[in-house]
Amino acid sequence: MEHKLICIVCPRGCHLTIDENNNVSGNSCPRGVPYAINEMTCPKRMLTSTVKIVSKFINRLPVITSEEIEKSKIFDVMEEINKVEVKAPVKMHEIIIKNVLNTGVDIISTREILD
Amino acid sequence: MYDIIVIGAGVIGSFIARELAKYDLNILVLEKENDVGNVTSMANSAIVHSGYDPVPGTLKAKFNVLGNKLYEQTCEELDVKFYKTGSMTVATVEEHLKVLKDLETRAHENGVEVKLLTEREAKELAPHLNDSVIGALFCPTAGIVDPFNLVVHAMENAIDNGVNLKLNEEVVEISKTSNGYNVVTKNAKYEGKIIINATGINGDKISDMVTPHHFDITARKGEYYVLDHFDDNFLSMPIFPLPSEKGKGILMTPTSSHNYLVGPSSEFVDEKDDLSTDALTLKQVKEQASLIMKDIPFNMTIRTFAGNRPTPSTHDFVIEKVDDHFINAVGIESPGLVSAPAIGKYIADEMINGLIELKRKENYNPCVKKYVHMKMLSVEERQKKIKENPKYGHIVCKCEGVSEQEILDVMERSCPPHSIKAIKKRVRAGFGRCQGGMCQPLVAKIFAKHSNIKLSDVIYDEPSTNIAKYQTKAGDTNE
Amino acid sequence: MNSYNVVIIGGGSAGLAAAKECYDLGVKKVLILERDPVLGGILNQCIHNGFGLHEFKEQLSGPEYAYRFIEMIKETDVEVKLNTMVTDITKDKHVIYTNEEEGYQEIEAKTIIFAMGCYERNAGAIQLPGDRPVGVFTAGTAQKYLNIEGYLIGKKVFILGSGDIGLIMARRMTLEGAKVLGVAEIMPYSNGLNRNIVQCLNDFDIPLYLSHTVTKVIGKEKLERIELSQVDEKLVPIKGSEKYFDVDTLLLSIGLTPITDLLSQLNLNIHPRTRGPIVNEHNETSIPGVFVAGNGLHVHDLVDYVSREARLSALGAYNYLNDRLHYGNELITTKNEYGVGYIVPQVINYLNIEEKVTLKFRVTKPYKNADILIKADDEVIKKIYKLNIIPSEMENIDVSKDLIKPNTKIISVEIKER
Repeated sequence: MEHKLICIVCPRGCHLTIDENNNVSGNSCPRGVPYAINEMTCPKRMLTSTVKIVSKFINRLPVITSEEIEKSKIFDVMEEINKVEVKAPVKMHEIIIKNVLNTGVDIISTREILD
Repeated sequence: MYDIIVIGAGVIGSFIARELAKYDLNILVLEKENDVGNVTSMANSAIVHSGYDPVPGTLKAKFNVLGNKLYEQTCEELDVKFYKTGSMTVATVEEHLKVLKDLETRAHENGVEVKLLTEREAKELAPHLNDSVIGALFCPTAGIVDPFNLVVHAMENAIDNGVNLKLNEEVVEISKTSNGYNVVTKNAKYEGKIIINATGINGDKISDMVTPHHFDITARKGEYYVLDHFDDNFLSMPIFPLPSEKGKGILMTPTSSHNYLVGPSSEFVDEKDDLSTDALTLKQVKEQASLIMKDIPFNMTIRTFAGNRPTPSTHDFVIEKVDDHFINAVGIESPGLVSAPAIGKYIADEMINGLIELKRKENYNPCVKKYVHMKMLSVEERQKKIKENPKYGHIVCKCEGVSEQEILDVMERSCPPHSIKAIKKRVRAGFGRCQGGMCQPLVAKIFAKHSNIKLSDVIYDEPSTNIAKYQTKAGDTNE
Repeated sequence: MNSYNVVIIGGGSAGLAAAKECYDLGVKKVLILERDPVLGGILNQCIHNGFGLHEFKEQLSGPEYAYRFIEMIKETDVEVKLNTMVTDITKDKHVIYTNEEEGYQEIEAKTIIFAMGCYERNAGAIQLPGDRPVGVFTAGTAQKYLNIEGYLIGKKVFILGSGDIGLIMARRMTLEGAKVLGVAEIMPYSNGLNRNIVQCLNDFDIPLYLSHTVTKVIGKEKLERIELSQVDEKLVPIKGSEKYFDVDTLLLSIGLTPITDLLSQLNLNIHPRTRGPIVNEHNETSIPGVFVAGNGLHVHDLVDYVSREARLSALGAYNYLNDRLHYGNELITTKNEYGVGYIVPQVINYLNIEEKVTLKFRVTKPYKNADILIKADDEVIKKIYKLNIIPSEMENIDVSKDLIKPNTKIISVEIKER
């Protein structure tokens, strides 16, 4: 059986086709192949959100997963993110949550708040 | 026990209150909305009509002409933008010219100065008149006003002179007492010797609470386009088609904020608070306006809106003494805005006279404290203001050029805003091209900080119209 | 009066890249005027990732992308004034700004680069029918409330317009606990990037209604429901197709318009399609020394291209300062032909082309299996085959100088389906 997918690796959004033998077509670059295979077995996504921050001029600190996490775990990770509160100053790419829910992935800051 | 209770704080109620405040009386104003001037008074053409077209002998004719004469001084006292622009009523077909002639006669009967213009004279005054225009009636005394601050400042002036204003007080019942009436709202009961009904579009309903039904007020909806600032020279005065039984027709006018309005449509609606707009009506507005004007840049539209005129079944303003304790001043459709100062004076100086003892206050001041409008100051004057208070240097609303301090200023006034919309009406932040998309979060933060409330408690207009409803991540420690 | 070689109005993605390029070219006395308390502009609230693939060869979030540039600017002698609003520009390139510390100031600019970004089109601009209750927001305003202030504006959401900000907000609001009931797009195709349809809508089972629009907003004070209708091929709502959604929030993601208020003080011609000013090959307006960059020139879908375009504007400023720009000779005009909505630049001065000129344009509708033809006075000088071309993706085609003749009058772009 063939599956049709849209690649999300880059903004180009190639229309991919993958068959039961993991043959991928429609990709304009090699990154489309692992994406399609992953998408059929264990789809993963980067997650971006914010955490509470105590600071003079901002209420929310943007954060990102250090790597992709399993799509099915997105809402569980959000719950963890929502529990956190940090205090300024925060540096760029500081670890906010280490190894969130034992995924091996960290939640890191994506903005520097020096107050 | 109040000497006088005015129900309604639109332009009529506010001017009545302002005039009554000259006298040593205990006055209360009850308003069902969360701001003054929040219904008909804020959604109209904002034109100070000359008074050439109301039928001679009517209250409309009388108060229009009287009101027009009071405008310059009133707006000076109240620090409200008013420009005496003149207006033109245009003829596009041969038979119209005869009507213009009749209107000229009517204007003279009403005591209004007018002048018939040839096609060439008309087009010199307004180069973007449609080619089909063949003549016009020019009314030099017409003008345009800032309708929002007109009401706010009239009420502020009333409050400064001792009047009490209570917002969010909807009257549900009125009952006779030995020496006046009890006015019952959803929240409380107030007793007054004289009740003045200035409830505009709901005026029949309130009148029915004290006296047998003798007039109807129906809502006649008018839909408008608002065009962005693009060229002050496009049009310098209101341009009307010939008036009809439907009113003054679909017009185009500059506004005191250097925008342009095109409208209004005219359609009776069942629900008095139906202010929805629809594509078909707006299309008709566009077509009608294009009969009198050419090259209207509708691509500069920044908003559409609708206002409901309180149209009385009597075909004239309902200004009457029901008994010695109850006065109606309702059904004030166009030319209501221009008539308001005269109606206020008439009620305070003539109708009330004899019903209650009128003693002039010694310390009555007809003027509001001057406002700071940074945009209207010279660079040197602005510089001085910013030295005194740096927040005049921080521009919050880019589209309309409004500084943070101007927002803080209005919050310190005696008729302050309680919502984002009320701020918008006073200082214009959010009225521009981005419609608040850029400045609203900032204005909301300034408002929250000044009022010492959470951002989620900031409302757009009526109570419970919260903007940023839910704080994420189960709350904050910052606040 | 203070004098600067380059005054850059706006410290977002375009302004930062222009400033950095000015520095790299050795230009001294460069000033950035920024209205916000921080540099970075709209990138600060675009906390999702996907930025920077061209510029940094990696995927960054908006604040990270901005941070890279801010850090670079810190290492330069570029002067920055924050919390500063420019109120006026004069024809002789005087810039008047205001802030709390200095009040109103007038400075002299040898060159100006406008990098002021864009507005979101709102309910007024499209004359959204029905009531005007609280609860109707542009997607970017909702994004600011959510990502910067930490407030969700509603919990039952519908989105009109499939622009990227709307799609991104569908995901963001879902993650923060809102229910997004659907996204409607009046066109028969999406206006957002495909990847955003996948990761923002499909991942969360949010339906996309193509050829649909909101025909009525219902709710006197607060938004209560919306009426959604299907539209025919002329985009007219079809009677009887109405569906209703009970919502407290309607987000609008219906396009962006360059901010040109200040430019209009200079009476510059505004292009009817881009809604930005008409510019030449260096993004220079009809006033020599006045340049534009970024979404203030035309709306981009990728920030990377904004940065690249801003460097070109900076090069223009540098060339102008060094008397390297030619004026007065006959200009080549660009012309959008079949399938092309607009082209930036609108004019090209042959003498000012260094190695190549980049034509930036959008197609008017999606095309499959088509050639992009670049023509010089009707002669095809370049042909590029594309499997898919869509209006939401800006095309950038480089045309090298040797393909153009000094006496070329018109360079046109045409789409030819195979």
